[in-house]
Amino acid sequence: MGILRRLGNLGRQKKLDAEIEAELQSHIEMRSADNIAAGMSPEEAWRKARLRFGSPVLVKETTAAADAALGLERLWRDAHYGARALARSAGFSAMAVGVMALCLGATTTLFNVARCVLVEPLPFRDPSQLVMVYEHFRGASSGSEYNQVSPADYYDWRARTHGFEDMAAWRDWQFNLSGGHGEMPEVVHAEAGTWNLFSVLGVQPALGRTFAASEDHLGASRVAMLTWSLYQRRFGGDPAVIGKEIHMDGNAWTVVGVLPRWFSYPDARVQLWVPYTSIASPGFMQHHEDDQSFVVARLRPGVSLAAAMSEVKAVQYRIHTEHLDQPVAGDAISRPMLDDMVQEVKKPLLILLSAVGCMLLIGCLNVANLLVARGTARQRETAIRDALGAGRLALIRQQLAESVLLCGAGGSLGVLLSVAVTQWLIHAWRNLPRAEAIHTDASVLAFAFGLMIVAGLLSGLLPAILAARKSTFAVLRDAASTVRGSTSRTGLRTTLLTVEIAVTVVLLVAAGLLLKSFLLLRTTDVGATTDNVLTMHYDLPKTVYDTPAKVVNFSQALLERVRHLPGVVATGLGSVVPGAGYGDDDVFTIVEHPPLNPRQDMPDALTRVADLGYFHALEIPLVHGRAFTPRDRLKHANTVVISKQLAEEYFRGENPLGVHIKVPDWGDSTNYEVVGVVGDTLYQAGRPSKATIYVPVLAGQLDRDYTLVVRTASNPLAMSLPVQKEIAALDPALPVSNVLTMQQVLGQSAATASFSATLVLAFAGLSLVLAAVGLFGVVSYMAAQRTTEIGVRLALGARRERLLRLMMSDGLKPAVVGLTLGLVASAGLTQLIRSMLYATRPLDPAVFVLVAVTLFAVAVLACAAPAWRASRMDPMAALRTE
Amino acid sequence: MARNDLQGSLDLLVLKTLDQRGRLHGYGIVLHIQGASDELLQVEEGSLYPALHRMEQSGWITSEWALTETGRRGKYYRMTAAGSKQLREAEASFEQLVRGVRAMLRYA
Repeated sequence: MGILRRLGNLGRQKKLDAEIEAELQSHIEMRSADNIAAGMSPEEAWRKARLRFGSPVLVKETTAAADAALGLERLWRDAHYGARALARSAGFSAMAVGVMALCLGATTTLFNVARCVLVEPLPFRDPSQLVMVYEHFRGASSGSEYNQVSPADYYDWRARTHGFEDMAAWRDWQFNLSGGHGEMPEVVHAEAGTWNLFSVLGVQPALGRTFAASEDHLGASRVAMLTWSLYQRRFGGDPAVIGKEIHMDGNAWTVVGVLPRWFSYPDARVQLWVPYTSIASPGFMQHHEDDQSFVVARLRPGVSLAAAMSEVKAVQYRIHTEHLDQPVAGDAISRPMLDDMVQEVKKPLLILLSAVGCMLLIGCLNVANLLVARGTARQRETAIRDALGAGRLALIRQQLAESVLLCGAGGSLGVLLSVAVTQWLIHAWRNLPRAEAIHTDASVLAFAFGLMIVAGLLSGLLPAILAARKSTFAVLRDAASTVRGSTSRTGLRTTLLTVEIAVTVVLLVAAGLLLKSFLLLRTTDVGATTDNVLTMHYDLPKTVYDTPAKVVNFSQALLERVRHLPGVVATGLGSVVPGAGYGDDDVFTIVEHPPLNPRQDMPDALTRVADLGYFHALEIPLVHGRAFTPRDRLKHANTVVISKQLAEEYFRGENPLGVHIKVPDWGDSTNYEVVGVVGDTLYQAGRPSKATIYVPVLAGQLDRDYTLVVRTASNPLAMSLPVQKEIAALDPALPVSNVLTMQQVLGQSAATASFSATLVLAFAGLSLVLAAVGLFGVVSYMAAQRTTEIGVRLALGARRERLLRLMMSDGLKPAVVGLTLGLVASAGLTQLIRSMLYATRPLDPAVFVLVAVTLFAVAVLACAAPAWRASRMDPMAALRTE
Repeated sequence: MARNDLQGSLDLLVLKTLDQRGRLHGYGIVLHIQGASDELLQVEEGSLYPALHRMEQSGWITSEWALTETGRRGKYYRMTAAGSKQLREAEASFEQLVRGVRAMLRYA
């Protein structure tokens, strides 16, 4: 109060001086008039009146001081005094600053990441008008609602609807990028996008141009756009690369442009872009069931999303009815582009943000608790200052100055910490979408500053008000009798502590659930062995390996070489290993079964290529029949092995061996004979298993994408170099990618789960430490308060065990109440993270029991030390402390 | 300690004066305290004005310039609501001090 007025006074010093002068002058005049009335001479009257003031200059100065400067001076004095008080108890201050730095730093970091990733608009033109459009199977029970789009559907949508300004499509691709001058070959992630994609997004190239419509046709000349990172990394940032040719998969592609540095859509792994149709086979544009593309659409201004989508839905339904014999979706569905990009991390980020918010709350409560304790220790000081005429507000201000100083120091450290942690987070959180959008700017600093003030007030106001609440005499009276501690203060500390423990319990339960589900996910039985298995990926370019025979020969030669390496137990070759992703799926028919009703969805299965060693190397059990043999080669490779689930789903009670399967999409009319049934595998940990068809590798067609599987006697990663040398010996231009053990393959799919579980656990662990410190402090404080009482009890013959129990129960009461409240709150709150849990119920009893036991054990430990010390006291010494 | 005690009671005396007399200038306050205390209490002008200005900054009193009965310009003070609250607390505090000191003196 009055600070502004005082600051104002500072600026009006002259006018104020004159006013004081006038006031004093009028006083002197009145006095001398009275003196004259009493019979003095005017000179005498005037002199006497002046004399009463002593030195007029001094009076004027002291009066002016009461008005001006005081405000500023007082602010500074508060800060100065606060700093001195804090310096006196350096240990306390360091701890409080450390706690605040940690909590504020973590909160600022996560706030910043969440803001940049989830809220910040996409860096495209008018990003709110951008949506992603997907196919949607009505009433589909399994899988995602959002299905990728086939090329023909995309072309039909674009041609036959009017609600969108334009629609573009892109799909994932991979190239073997080889150098023209003997540079290392490498596998690059690429995207094939329609020519209009960049104009739909509103992206201008940094160099050169984007694709022309004429380049996005079958048979058009091959062109490519580089991302900034590839341009810098592989081409040294030389602008002369525009118009040059690069070699991918044995073909020459002309570089027409370079994308800007900030462009990292759909993710930062993408190295280059080619036109949508440049990777297509003939007939590509007519495929209604090749669902691998993503469609970006820009809404026409003034058209509602619902109106625009209703047109797309109608078109898709018509396509569906025209192709009842194919698995074509009957509906379409959309979502905003931003949601689409971040939907995987939205929940984890929000959970981390809540967790860190809880930690901040605990940190504030802890500092508040420490301040209350200090306030108690300084009761006499406060009382004396009060008696000396310091106002209540001044005292509160003084206390607040200290907590704001603490939080200010903590916050400044926290911001520095946050800058470092943000960088770490971007690197450590693999596959975090929009990681490139994360930046620290003024609004983050403003947030940190605001948070700092709120934390300072929160942790300072409560103890400050309490400390200044009592009148001078009450405090002095209390101070006179320290036999019984001030109960209101203990009550407040206990309440703070109870809340602190309850919040900690919620955090611990959430962390426990996430951790348990992550561990389950990590150790999921995917149906194959994960011990000592090395996998690596290679992709045979079509231009070099242009006949099935060449592909098969390469595969056989490679397996032969690797098999004879020392330390190799088994080898196998397949398209995808279990746990490495969805891969391909196709619809199939069973030749011996009656034709299906065209209205019915066709049976669908994952399709995998496998050699004779694949099942053995991965220890996928053979249930019936046989695995592949060397006879299943090239023209004779008309056999398939099916998974147990497929057998159960489509051959109920029937013997599937010898039955024939037809897969229309493989482009031939071969009837594949089922020769064996193997155990089920999971394509991704945490997802249900799906019926699978295995085709012999030695057919040499379908796919040129191979994963080599090597089971070793010991450390599989030690084998990676020898195996890669064998590949290089066969084809030095062939790049190898994804050299991973099976455990790493599974770990990748659990990366986000692992990350959020670890972080939440770290926050929960820190909170637990903070709560334990708080508990320790409170019990120590209560023991100190009751020193005399304990001394009296001991002198009167109380048993030490009873005293120990008494002190323990004082500390454990808030712990038990907090624990109970926390468990109840957790039971409700964990429902919110249900969707992030795998094979773990939100009310998992093991987690709840473990948390309760851990917290109770920590509480007992934290209380035991001070309680034990109190009970061991020498009664005489205790009584003498008075 | 003594100086501070005096300052504390000066505030009390000024507030009480304004409570009893309403609007008053500094000189009037000096006269009132002197008269009401049967000439027992003498207020030093050197302490009065700093105290008045400090109390004004604390929001206990407000001031305004006006003409006195004799036609001079004088600065008049008036108590605020915060001031009357402060007065009650100071009175209670003082009563307690007096009771305490008296009990002390009577203790044999």
